[in-house]
Amino acid sequence: MKTLSRVYIALILLFLFAPIIVMMLFSFNSAKSTAAFAGFSFKWYGELFRDEKAGEALLNTLKLAVLSSVIATVLGTLAAVGLSRLKRRWVRNTIQSVTNIPMMNPDIVTAVSMLMFFVFVGGMLGIATRSFMTVLIAHVTFNLPYVILSVTPKIRQMDKHLLEAAQDLGCTPIETFFRVELPVILPGILSGLLMAFTLSIDDFIITQFTKGEGFYTLPTYIYSMTKRSVSPKMYALSTLIFLVILVLLILSNVLQAQMDARRDPKKIAARALKKKKKMKEN
Amino acid sequence: MTGQTLAPAPRVRQSRKPAIVRAVTVAPHGLWCLLFILAPLVFVVYYTFTDPDGAFTTANLANVFSASYFAVLKRSVLLALESTAICLFLAYPLALAIAKLKPRNQSLVILLLMLPMWINLLIRTYSLKLLLEVNGPLNDFLGLFGIKPIRFLNSEFAIVLGMVYNYLPYMILPIYSVIAKIDPRLKEAAQDLGCNGFQTIFRVVLPLSVSGIVSGITMVFVPSISTFFISKSLSDGRIRLIGDVIEQRISLHNVASYEIGSALSFVLMILIIVSMLITNRFGDKDGGVVL
Amino acid sequence: MKKNAFRRTLALCLVLVLVVFAFASCGGANQTDGVSTAPATGSGIETGSGSQTDGNPYKGTTLTVYNWGEYISDGSEGSLDVVKEFEKTYGIKVKYDYFSTNEELYAQLKNGASYDVVIPSDYMIERLISEDLIQTFDHSDLQNYHYIADEYRGLYFDPTDAYSVPYSVGMVGIVYDTTKVSEEIIAEQSWSLLWSQDFETGDLINMNNPRDAFGITMCYLGIDVNTTNSADWQRTYEKLREQDCIYLMDEIYNKMENGVSAAAAYYAGDCLQMMQENEDLAFYYPKEGTNIFVDSMCIPKSAKNVGAAKLFIDFMLDPEIATENANYICYASPNVAVRTNPDYDYHEGTDEYAILYELPESYKEDPSRMQYYHNLDDATQNWLNDYWLELGLD
Repeated sequence: MKTLSRVYIALILLFLFAPIIVMMLFSFNSAKSTAAFAGFSFKWYGELFRDEKAGEALLNTLKLAVLSSVIATVLGTLAAVGLSRLKRRWVRNTIQSVTNIPMMNPDIVTAVSMLMFFVFVGGMLGIATRSFMTVLIAHVTFNLPYVILSVTPKIRQMDKHLLEAAQDLGCTPIETFFRVELPVILPGILSGLLMAFTLSIDDFIITQFTKGEGFYTLPTYIYSMTKRSVSPKMYALSTLIFLVILVLLILSNVLQAQMDARRDPKKIAARALKKKKKMKEN
Repeated sequence: MTGQTLAPAPRVRQSRKPAIVRAVTVAPHGLWCLLFILAPLVFVVYYTFTDPDGAFTTANLANVFSASYFAVLKRSVLLALESTAICLFLAYPLALAIAKLKPRNQSLVILLLMLPMWINLLIRTYSLKLLLEVNGPLNDFLGLFGIKPIRFLNSEFAIVLGMVYNYLPYMILPIYSVIAKIDPRLKEAAQDLGCNGFQTIFRVVLPLSVSGIVSGITMVFVPSISTFFISKSLSDGRIRLIGDVIEQRISLHNVASYEIGSALSFVLMILIIVSMLITNRFGDKDGGVVL
Repeated sequence: MKKNAFRRTLALCLVLVLVVFAFASCGGANQTDGVSTAPATGSGIETGSGSQTDGNPYKGTTLTVYNWGEYISDGSEGSLDVVKEFEKTYGIKVKYDYFSTNEELYAQLKNGASYDVVIPSDYMIERLISEDLIQTFDHSDLQNYHYIADEYRGLYFDPTDAYSVPYSVGMVGIVYDTTKVSEEIIAEQSWSLLWSQDFETGDLINMNNPRDAFGITMCYLGIDVNTTNSADWQRTYEKLREQDCIYLMDEIYNKMENGVSAAAAYYAGDCLQMMQENEDLAFYYPKEGTNIFVDSMCIPKSAKNVGAAKLFIDFMLDPEIATENANYICYASPNVAVRTNPDYDYHEGTDEYAILYELPESYKEDPSRMQYYHNLDDATQNWLNDYWLELGLD
């Protein structure tokens, strides 16, 4: 039974990784063809690095992700805090439900609805119907529910007595928020920020419909590459993205393991003993 | 990230926190919701129920349920259900298998499963296409055993495979995270009371993992039913799903394209709301999303 | 827990910042290196770093161009990156976007996108003019306009040559894999290849846009591609339904070059590009007739930088640039200087010349077999759109 489970896990992992590994292999193919592997070559990576558009797309993606996740985090955290204080339940529930709409709605519907909205507004105000602004707005919008979702549980879990105590000791409401509340809910804020950042980097269809002329993010750039003659340059780009993500995930897990190890009582005791020994020797 | 119920918290003294401060923190967000979530949806509803001249009509909706569009709707729902079912049947045993590993190996496997999730949908789908092409590596491999090249692509099979490939991790993780939290003593107790392995699973583990299953189903069904890139690239434009038709209609920008595109989107939204209501019946009362 | 998340985010940010700098510095370094690996072209070019930037009022501005995919010499496979040359010559930054069908271009313009230069096809230009989406501009401002051949002036879609400047010319044909299609079928030289039952799903490719898909079917059936007769459209729709093919545009490149599919209907210039990559491919113009088209450069009404747009159009007409471009995209050029340029690869006698500039026998006998698309009136357009969507729904 045990070996059966392991084999099954291995099979599923193989299924999930085989296509990507194949793509990685073909990124090193010296010929353009995907039918046969002609020889090993880095030339597609060379072409990729010379491709300014790809570099621009990467920068745009990061710019958009950072801006939209930060804005969404600020707006969302404020909203979550404010909502938690709200007396009237129906207001709170309505706003919660409305905020969650982009999360439940399929991306294509959000994309289409925002397109129609921006075209109308742009037409009425005589401004550009789509620009960096509009794509930023779209990204913030679909990030908001995740931020609020991350922060709200932390607020609920917080001991409200702390806030009372702070105010008793003379803090103004604002001071209370920054000195007492914020540090406690910080993990939720950070995890919301991270989630928003990830979603923004990955988004394709909403960006495709709301971006302006000549603006590319990595996903939309990859899409435009798949719609034309696909050169292995795209596989090279995909491989690099995969490797970066792999490194990031490993890094974050190594750090986590380190933190956990530090907290392990047995190891703490062992370290304490070591220290004592050294002190005795000196 | 499920909400937890605590003892009722003491009320922060409202008198020291004027109502206006509360309004200020929520107002920007509220305004944002109004402008950028509700208003666009109003447009969708508006275009669904009006004709190009602006008069009220239900013709657009009727059109959606006409023979040809309805065939597309039916196909999208069927394929989405198929892929959700397949994901469930693949993921559940996998979650059980992972839960049996040593904790260190468990985190390793989970890490490996999360990796594809972080990679863009387009890359994942395109790499699958590369693999499945009629003269691609998979067929080359099969050719070693004397099997003639199989045309995997341009078929409903390819689309379902694409959906399963892309969304399987989204089914595995919620189920695993719920199963891993199940107190092992419960399983021990069941076995002490005479259950064999299978009975333990069906009578103890399964009922306790329902919330994970529901999360997983939601996270697979919704994107499956609304995808357009997967169907477009894996069937090379031969088989269209509801997402394709919406994208096509809006992109073509002809007479009534906003109207029909909105009507289709409207129906899609209703479909999803209905499916969520159904799954929530069986779901976690805490209402959190297991991410 | 808090420290944990903090560290994780920090690590993430650090790595990302490093990656960004890596990329940015690579891209930046290459800008000054001058990437184009093109062979030295004749001395007639006024191009080169900054040669036109002094006294050029548009230096430092941005130009947005919207063009078909695979339709400009972009520096790959040793060609000249024409857009980069323009940037270097005039000091104008170019933002380049791709579309795959005329309808996509139309939708973008209707949705308010503001491009400075667009390159639609003839019938779409007619439509854009009638809907007031493109603007007139004085062709006498263009120093190189005189290179446009006489037969491409005063065309039906722009009789006064006020709106457009021809970019390339061509006809639709069938590119096929000689190892997959039988001799008898090839000998037919007919559109019927795309309806042949001898092939499996995925072997035959039709074009993924309504006008072309219906147009070639009408050519096959001998119907006027601009007919307003609803029975004709019905017949065409039914004929199309008999086809078992996949619908693609530029994705056809990969299918044909990699030997995946057997045959595709596509534009002659693109087919030639594919044939250069895969020796097994060949091409013919079906005897029943085909669509002939002209793609021209226009300036939308919503353009923000008309001056730079005119510079770009003029630049594309420059003999050396036009030749480099024509060499890469393989389309027939309306530019006289190209055809007489010794650097032009497709002179008389080459296989490509025969395809690009000579007519097959059946067209010589009956020139009416080469049909231009005209802009359809609303009613007819509606039939086309409805049928096209119906087609995709099964």
